[in-house]
Amino acid sequence: MAWRDSRGSRRQLALFLSAMVVGVAALVAISSFGSNLRKVVDREAKTLLGADLMLESGRPFGSAMEAAIDSMGGTQARLVSFPSMAWFPAGRHSRLMTVRAVEGAFPFYGALETTPADAANRWLADGGALVDRAVMDLFDAQPGDSVRIGRRFYPIAGRIDKMPGENQMMSLFSPRIYIPAAQLDSTLLSRGSQAEYALAFRFDDGRDIEALVERMGPRLREEEVRYDTVAEIREGWDEGLTNLYRFLNVIAFVAVLLGGIGVAGAVHAYVRRRLAMIAVLRCLGAGVWRTCAVYALQTLAMGLASSAAGAALGIGVQALVPLALQDFLPVTVPFSISWGSLGAGMALGVGAAVAFALFPLVSVRRVSPLLALRASVENGLSGLKDPLWWGALGIVAAGIAAFAIGNAPSPGVGLGYAAGLAAGFLALLSTAKSVVWATRRFFPSGWSYIWRQGLANLFRPDNQTTMLVLSLGLGAFAIGTLFGVQRTLLGQLELSEALRLPNMVLFDIQSDEIDPVTDMVQAQGLPVLDSIPIVTMRLASVNGRAVRAMQEDSTATWAHRREYRVTYRDHLTESEKVAAGEFIGAADPNDPRAPVSLDEDIARELEVGVGDSLAFDVQGQLIPARVASLREVEWRRIGANFYVVFPTGVLEETPRFHVLLSRTETADAASGLQRAVADGYPSVSIIDLSLVLSTFDAIFSSVSFVVRFMASFSILTGIIVLVGAVVVSRAQRRRESVLLKTLGASRSEVLRIMTVEYFFLGFFAALTGLSLSFAAVWAFAAFLFDAPFRPDIVAALALLVAVPLLTIATGLVNSRGIYRRSPLEVLRAET
Amino acid sequence: MTPILSVRHLAKTYRSGDRSLTVLCDVSFDLHPGETCAVAGPSGSGKTTLLGLCAGLDRATSGSVDLSGRRLGNLSEDALARLRNREVGFIFQTFQLIPTLTALENVMVPAELRGEKGARKRASELLDQVGLGERMSHYPAQLSGGEQQRVSIARAFANRPAMLFADEPTGNLDAETGATIEELMFDLNETAGATLLLVTHNHELARRAGRIIRLRGGRVVSDSRAKAEPALP
Repeated sequence: MAWRDSRGSRRQLALFLSAMVVGVAALVAISSFGSNLRKVVDREAKTLLGADLMLESGRPFGSAMEAAIDSMGGTQARLVSFPSMAWFPAGRHSRLMTVRAVEGAFPFYGALETTPADAANRWLADGGALVDRAVMDLFDAQPGDSVRIGRRFYPIAGRIDKMPGENQMMSLFSPRIYIPAAQLDSTLLSRGSQAEYALAFRFDDGRDIEALVERMGPRLREEEVRYDTVAEIREGWDEGLTNLYRFLNVIAFVAVLLGGIGVAGAVHAYVRRRLAMIAVLRCLGAGVWRTCAVYALQTLAMGLASSAAGAALGIGVQALVPLALQDFLPVTVPFSISWGSLGAGMALGVGAAVAFALFPLVSVRRVSPLLALRASVENGLSGLKDPLWWGALGIVAAGIAAFAIGNAPSPGVGLGYAAGLAAGFLALLSTAKSVVWATRRFFPSGWSYIWRQGLANLFRPDNQTTMLVLSLGLGAFAIGTLFGVQRTLLGQLELSEALRLPNMVLFDIQSDEIDPVTDMVQAQGLPVLDSIPIVTMRLASVNGRAVRAMQEDSTATWAHRREYRVTYRDHLTESEKVAAGEFIGAADPNDPRAPVSLDEDIARELEVGVGDSLAFDVQGQLIPARVASLREVEWRRIGANFYVVFPTGVLEETPRFHVLLSRTETADAASGLQRAVADGYPSVSIIDLSLVLSTFDAIFSSVSFVVRFMASFSILTGIIVLVGAVVVSRAQRRRESVLLKTLGASRSEVLRIMTVEYFFLGFFAALTGLSLSFAAVWAFAAFLFDAPFRPDIVAALALLVAVPLLTIATGLVNSRGIYRRSPLEVLRAET
Repeated sequence: MTPILSVRHLAKTYRSGDRSLTVLCDVSFDLHPGETCAVAGPSGSGKTTLLGLCAGLDRATSGSVDLSGRRLGNLSEDALARLRNREVGFIFQTFQLIPTLTALENVMVPAELRGEKGARKRASELLDQVGLGERMSHYPAQLSGGEQQRVSIARAFANRPAMLFADEPTGNLDAETGATIEELMFDLNETAGATLLLVTHNHELARRAGRIIRLRGGRVVSDSRAKAEPALP
């Protein structure tokens, strides 16, 4: 019966349900990719670490530790990593890079890929350097050129195409250069340097690494040595990738929900057109549930067909996902079909199609058989008073909650996701409804007939206006928010330019270098905006309680364990405000405790307030201090900000290094300064703010690609729903257009009315998405970036043009041929 | 007096593959301004096809139709649309109101398509005349069948047509409502002085027209004038 009833409408029904295709495709693609990714990470965890065990420390290993290392055996390799300027004399370029000085055959696992390929095997023996690909490209450097790190020159052996465990994102933040440790300029590892010492082990005797690190635990803690094992790295990547995968999965699920709403609207329109047929079936003796079952079975069959199509498409899309995410991935994910994901995606698609179709289907049972006789009988399709309608809502809500919980780290977070989704949809829905309502309410009645008729068309019976505004609006929202956030962040950087804030930061300047470096900067005609002394220290005790003891009983936090880079000065900077206590600029020589000022957040982390005692360890020398004031620090300001500020008169004799802030107006001046520093003071590093800007841009373009990739699913669903809506209302549109033609409308007038209709549809969607995206960008700016709200007006205007244009194009393409019908049909219609 | 509608040897044949079906064959007649004429005949006799061809809604296979002095066969689709908009009013069996417009807006459509000023005022006067002054802001779905047909009549007169085509105007209504609509249509037509071509198989309704053309199998079998009909020049 269900099959026979659908005769003649199957193609239409299939089109309605194809809204589900995109959602299922997104879900299958993401989850299939995620499952492959996890398999690869599990299999290749060793290559992510490059070793079986890695020990790491912020200082060279002590003699006791070295003795322990000797006894561990295995194959060993040592790495020292630190930031330093790299100078490329061929093009006279310099760049701050992360130097990795390697001793031994690291990595033990995974292939280091280079160009030329054999460089990976001979660079260590040849004493050459391997340089990050992006930097080689940027400076147009070639193998055979030389590069200087510190006071040593190295021939470039090749460029790094792939290093196990490193991804493109890391390279954007801080590009890598590998050099042999034997040829390292050891002055670069002097006091104040931010070097990290690592020791990599390969054990071929199959020993239990976890047991080994457990046994060594106390010694490692005592020596402040951290360790990474393959299991830990696998867990870390698993967690990170699972979060990424879950995030994408939730977005794909939104596409399924959009599809579900599309299906509900389509089935509603479909059932409505068959009301007379339903009434006849009832007259002929079909029971209520049997009638419902006819349409439920049709929905099920079509849901199954569209989910299968979606799953097939998803497999294709899966091949594209790695392209979108390649910058974030540490491993290459090969293409393979995950049957579990395929089945789950299809089940979810069918489930969503049927669940959402329940809304119109429950009303089928209220269709009166009398409708077969009198068209004016209440058709039963309206009314939220039906308890079964609420039952359908319950089923959909439970399904959403179940999916969200399944994709969240905990049921509580899952319910939060579900509530967030519901709130998001409600916000979109209410914005969509308000935009449509306001336009209708305040539409100038004096506007021409074409405009009024076009707008009125959006409210034709069984319209899907809200649904279309919702799905296209969601896409506009995602893209609008992306651009808005980008604009806000760029605005921040432009603000520093406008305020003529420092844009060159020189750091790692030793005390004996500060005066000549200052002279050199000034000799270049550049200002020295600030010269800041920095002392590195660690916390020894808090209110008399030793940090070591806190570490043992696990009450220490990162704030207790970290290394502090501290300055001393007698004034506050523009980015600081005293929040509590009194800022003391100069220490009283008779006061045994130095009056220091703490950043509010670190004070909260350390659980200390004004008056509390601290003791700092500066290279073995203990310095007692008391918290004299708490500061509110604007960290987003470019400049040097500090957690702890000492008064003058305490740290002047301690080992320290300096940071110098300057400002260049032109790119030539910037590279001139970098060259001069590289020539005269190779251990001094420079950060050029314009470089930060371009790094930021590169990172953003990677992220925006992912966001656009996902937004495209939502827009695609919107377009499919639009096509479905145009097709379902085609008969009615044709009737209206023929009627207008009969009443004297020309072809161009009918076309213009349709264009206006699609324009408004797209315009409402864009307006809805943009309104919400402005709210989202404002919230990001206010709560996350602590920056002034800077909406991207250009992007907003572009969206206000692009979305309506897309809608007009889709609508008109699918409406073609409507005007060509003979007006005679109007006379014959329904007679 | 020059006829407002002149039909000469009109024929319409539909082709379906190798087969052809002649719906109208050699139909000729003239209608003069102010005349009321009913086209009667059994189902399938070609009544609606004839009405469509006379109103320029379809193209004849052979023969000609002149409406208001214009040969319809020579006009483009847009020129036909303009001619209908200026000269013609329609009343349909199924009312054919635009569901997204209110009663008032539906009546305004023909005048608005012409870009005429004062469309709203004229439309509300017409709705008053058909007794729907209180329901102007209602949508078609909120009106009964009889009320919808009254809106349709008001719309037909909105552009002061010289020629009014009515296709089974009471066909979808009960007898009582049908009678009211019939009255309204003839009254308004008399006031407006338009020429009326009415398609119906309702004998009572046909008899109210001054002239009845009977069709059978696509041919005119009789063309008779009622006695009360004013003398033609």
